[in-house]
Amino acid sequence: MITTRNLTKRFGNVEAVREVSLDVREGDRYGLLGPNGSGKSTLVRMLLGLVYATSGEISVLGYRVPKQASRVLPEIGALIEEPAAYPHMSGRANLRLLDAAGPRGERRTRRRRVDDALEQVGLASIDRRPVRAYSLGMRQRLGLAAALVRRPRLLILDEPANGLDPRGIRDIRDLLVGLNDEGVTVFLSSHLLPEVSALCTRIGVLDSGRLVLQDQLESLQKPTGHVLICTDEPERAVAILDGLVEHRDGPDLVVRAPDPAELNARLVGAGVPVRSLVVRRRSLEEIVLDVTGTGSDQFGVPVSGPGGTVKAAPPPSADGAPRDPADAGLPAATGAVSPAIRKPEIS
Amino acid sequence: MIAVELFKLVRRARTWFSIGVMCALPLIVAIFIAVTHLAPPPGQGSAFLSAVLDNGQLYPAAALALVLPVFLPVAVAVVAGDSIAGEASAGTLRYLLARPVGRTRLLVAKLIAVTTFTLVAVIAVTVTSYATGVLILGPSRAAAVGTGGPSGSIGPGGNGLPTAGLQAGAAITSLSGAPLTTLELVERVLGAMAFITVSMLGVAAIAIFLSTLADSALGAALGALAALVASEVLVTLNAASAVQPFLPTRYWLAWIDFFRQPIFWRDIQRGFAIQAVYVAVFLAAAWANFATRDITT
Repeated sequence: MITTRNLTKRFGNVEAVREVSLDVREGDRYGLLGPNGSGKSTLVRMLLGLVYATSGEISVLGYRVPKQASRVLPEIGALIEEPAAYPHMSGRANLRLLDAAGPRGERRTRRRRVDDALEQVGLASIDRRPVRAYSLGMRQRLGLAAALVRRPRLLILDEPANGLDPRGIRDIRDLLVGLNDEGVTVFLSSHLLPEVSALCTRIGVLDSGRLVLQDQLESLQKPTGHVLICTDEPERAVAILDGLVEHRDGPDLVVRAPDPAELNARLVGAGVPVRSLVVRRRSLEEIVLDVTGTGSDQFGVPVSGPGGTVKAAPPPSADGAPRDPADAGLPAATGAVSPAIRKPEIS
Repeated sequence: MIAVELFKLVRRARTWFSIGVMCALPLIVAIFIAVTHLAPPPGQGSAFLSAVLDNGQLYPAAALALVLPVFLPVAVAVVAGDSIAGEASAGTLRYLLARPVGRTRLLVAKLIAVTTFTLVAVIAVTVTSYATGVLILGPSRAAAVGTGGPSGSIGPGGNGLPTAGLQAGAAITSLSGAPLTTLELVERVLGAMAFITVSMLGVAAIAIFLSTLADSALGAALGALAALVASEVLVTLNAASAVQPFLPTRYWLAWIDFFRQPIFWRDIQRGFAIQAVYVAVFLAAAWANFATRDITT
């Protein structure tokens, strides 16, 4: 659906996108992740023919961009950074106007398509109020509706969950999953990791303009070989599991165990009550933080961190394995957060 | 796309406000003159104003002379300067282009919308000032005369040509003192309207070019107006006589020559020619810039 080869964009001396070879396949729900300033928006704009690449190739739905952009863009619904509308007109009037502007906006079906799109994003009941009176969430929904009016085969969405409340986020996620089930390929960029984690089947990670990771989310989240156990008798459990316990925090244990069923049988067999047993998988956050440096908005933050107060972490290992057992087990709870892996933009 | 641009123009309150202001200025002037009977003496003040007390039917020409120096260029520069930069700063430009609307197509649609706006403004001023002139200033001697408005070929809003040239009482005189028939007057008003519209297109072309460069609509409009002010300064500067024939405002007032008997064509032709060059050069520059630019807003 979307393929880029060695795509590079330079603005003056700044390389915003470097040698990116992206590959989005039909039916994917693809999440492009990366800190602010990593080149996500520039990449999205290049896919849509708004920004011209310095070098490299882009192919979308089999057409070359920007050369054949006029043939491929009618098949694409796009949300490009924030939504935009003419503030003095109503949402409906805006959608009709935008539909009339480009090709394939058939007048005959326009009213229905606009109403359908508004219904899909939960704005079916909007009245004649001008867009200027809309809330941030309503504008975002309107922007999504604008992307859906022509019933596209491919959605390219930059930060689709921006400005939405939790219910709105879930509505949009359900909508995108539903469209994807009907055959629409979804490509979105985001820095909301939980969103991407809940929605996407495949991810790419940009860091300083480079695509540092691209894979199926499922294969990235294989079990780590660690199991998280909560038990009323942690001391006995530690004794039974002799040496396999890598970390202990009150009743919570991180145990190295390739086979969780066998571990469970062993504990239960010894009469240790197991309250919960969770097979540990790497979170998207760990995956992303492993492969990215600091974002551009953290420019000037010393890499070594404020001395003393934060425990320095060893550099990420080459194979992307967890840095240390604590990190693997309870990264959020243990507080061992190094400046290099400070959470980017979980807003 | 052209229909979309015209629709956007129609839906903007600014469009109607600026046309309203342009129509109101001649009305206010007419009221003052009618009440006081104090028209400026010939040779002073705005063109034609000295003559309108004698004949209200000349008032459209006087009204055009009133709005030409400031109101009309400001309105045209604002609308044209907004064309690309306004969409860019509102964020709608990227959505239009991703629709996709071809960049050349968008530029042409914008140009047509600006041209339409200019034409509607000129026609509105002419029609309302004709009504003002006849009702407030002039004795309605020529009852059979249609408005001095445009014929169908120019656009909407006109009432057509006079039904007959039998206006015996309509003793309109040209600036040269020779009498003009009503038909001649209508022709000459139409000629003046065409000339003024084309002059404004020169302004519009400069503003559209700046609009493709700047991210601010205001910046583009003010830039175009600054160019006009600079041109006006040089036009009155003897030391700059070498470049004066090429300045955009040099022949702006040449349309007055339509009201001489016979019409004095030399400056009118030069005026049309120089505006055509400005329009061609600046639109080409606007296209070259816009078609190759990265849209990052």
